[in-house]
Amino acid sequence: MHIPDGYLSPQTSGVLLAAMTPIWIRASQKVKRTLQARNVPLMALGAAFTFTIMMFNVPIPGGTTAHAVGGTLVAIALGPWAATIAVTIALVVQAIFFGDGGILAIGANCFNMAFVLPFVGYYVYKTIASRINPNPRYKWLAAGIGSYVGINAAALVAAIEFGIQPALFHTAQGVPLYSPYPLSVTIPAMTIPHLLVAGVVEAIVTAGVVAYLQRSGEPLFNQGRKQVDTARSVDTAAQS
Amino acid sequence: MNTRTLPDWLTKTEQFTLPKLQTKQRKTDGFIEKTLAGISTIIEEAVFSQKYANLPGLLQAMDARFKLISVLALLLAAGFAHSIGLLIALNVLALLMALASRIPLTVFIRRVWFFIPLYTGIVVFPAIFSFITPGKPLLSIGSAIITEQGVKAAFMIIARVGASVSFAVLLVLTTKWQNLMRALRALYIPQTFILTTEMTYRYIFLLLRIVDDMHLARKSRVLQRTSGSENRDWIASRIGVLLKKSQGLSEHVYLAMLSRGYTGEARTLQPGKAGIADLGVLSFSLLVLVAVIILNWY
Repeated sequence: MHIPDGYLSPQTSGVLLAAMTPIWIRASQKVKRTLQARNVPLMALGAAFTFTIMMFNVPIPGGTTAHAVGGTLVAIALGPWAATIAVTIALVVQAIFFGDGGILAIGANCFNMAFVLPFVGYYVYKTIASRINPNPRYKWLAAGIGSYVGINAAALVAAIEFGIQPALFHTAQGVPLYSPYPLSVTIPAMTIPHLLVAGVVEAIVTAGVVAYLQRSGEPLFNQGRKQVDTARSVDTAAQS
Repeated sequence: MNTRTLPDWLTKTEQFTLPKLQTKQRKTDGFIEKTLAGISTIIEEAVFSQKYANLPGLLQAMDARFKLISVLALLLAAGFAHSIGLLIALNVLALLMALASRIPLTVFIRRVWFFIPLYTGIVVFPAIFSFITPGKPLLSIGSAIITEQGVKAAFMIIARVGASVSFAVLLVLTTKWQNLMRALRALYIPQTFILTTEMTYRYIFLLLRIVDDMHLARKSRVLQRTSGSENRDWIASRIGVLLKKSQGLSEHVYLAMLSRGYTGEARTLQPGKAGIADLGVLSFSLLVLVAVIILNWY
């Protein structure tokens, strides 16, 4: 889903960058207010974690593998605003240092994967977990459904961004300047693989992680402090 | 040596053959090798990127802030160009800049042009046919018609992606990552964001090492066949462990920062002054951008 430079017009990238700017400002205000000075290391490790999730190859039927994005998982663990910051930083590092996604397209990639994906995924998860089925034993199911909807929403938005290019940007002779495929092609081309494969992998991984954390008695949403308290008590117990 | 002192079983010269490795049986475990290879590639790329940053070349001598803005101007030029001729000229310019920066051409071309024709070429291939890009027919293959507009669109996107990747690669190969991070200040990006990104870059390698260890441990301990669902459960549990490790680590890092005097305000060294070369390359890049925009009208 990482869009490279050259597929979107600079105008499209510019509009999406402008759309992301107030979201980033709001996210940083929210995160700063909640976490104060500890926001820097928590966001940094959250971003490093987001980057690392994509390195896990998940075996899928047929002998091949796929990888998860983890946007909804990070939103469940840190909150949706913090997830926006963490995923943005991971995307910036991927684009600048590893050539994964374009530099001009950072606004578009962040809009899709750092805003649409975690927010849609998180609020679907929250709605199911708190209203439809409040039984905490089934939170893993809500997380799986949330992540499935989240990644498919992000794929649909990316498909729309690709699909509007030939209609908006072409030469007088009708040569498309950027992505040449119309909406009638980009929407099925992006959504069908995500509905059938990528979304399923995302759901399996997210639900699996939430189920594991529940089994091991770890809180789903926390901001680091509890781990250190637990680590300290373990250290103290070991020393005594 | 007196062989009579050795036990009988040790003196026997019995032929023993190890059981053959059943590759088909281990097929489901290929994800471990793939993940390990992916991690190696990331680390290799990070080390490789810094290899050319110390050479005495044109771009290496530049202040990172001016270089970043110059590259952004050139990326915009590649984005705005409306003709294949302009895009080819930008690709040639990137090649000349690589030569002036003493980056071996084979390295540069392999890095830029190895995947683009493959990946982008496959993606845009159907666009050459009339059912995607209608226009003047060039060639008919059965009922499929290749159009002039379709071929031009395919070439244009390949050349545009090529030029964009070239300028991005030049930036990464000729700049130390610490300087590149600080250069983001020139774009009015908040200092806290830059500090967080710097920390992210460092801790990515620590987390990658943990993931590498997890996979190596699994690979060295599991001998029998494991099912797909079992493997997926294992991956989910490892991601859960990594999440908790990263959150715990962030708190330890925060306490370490506090103990070293961190008050919540990020501070960095003052940037240096720009030289003539910095202003020269920046002016040239902005000129290229303006020229591309003007030439689009003709």
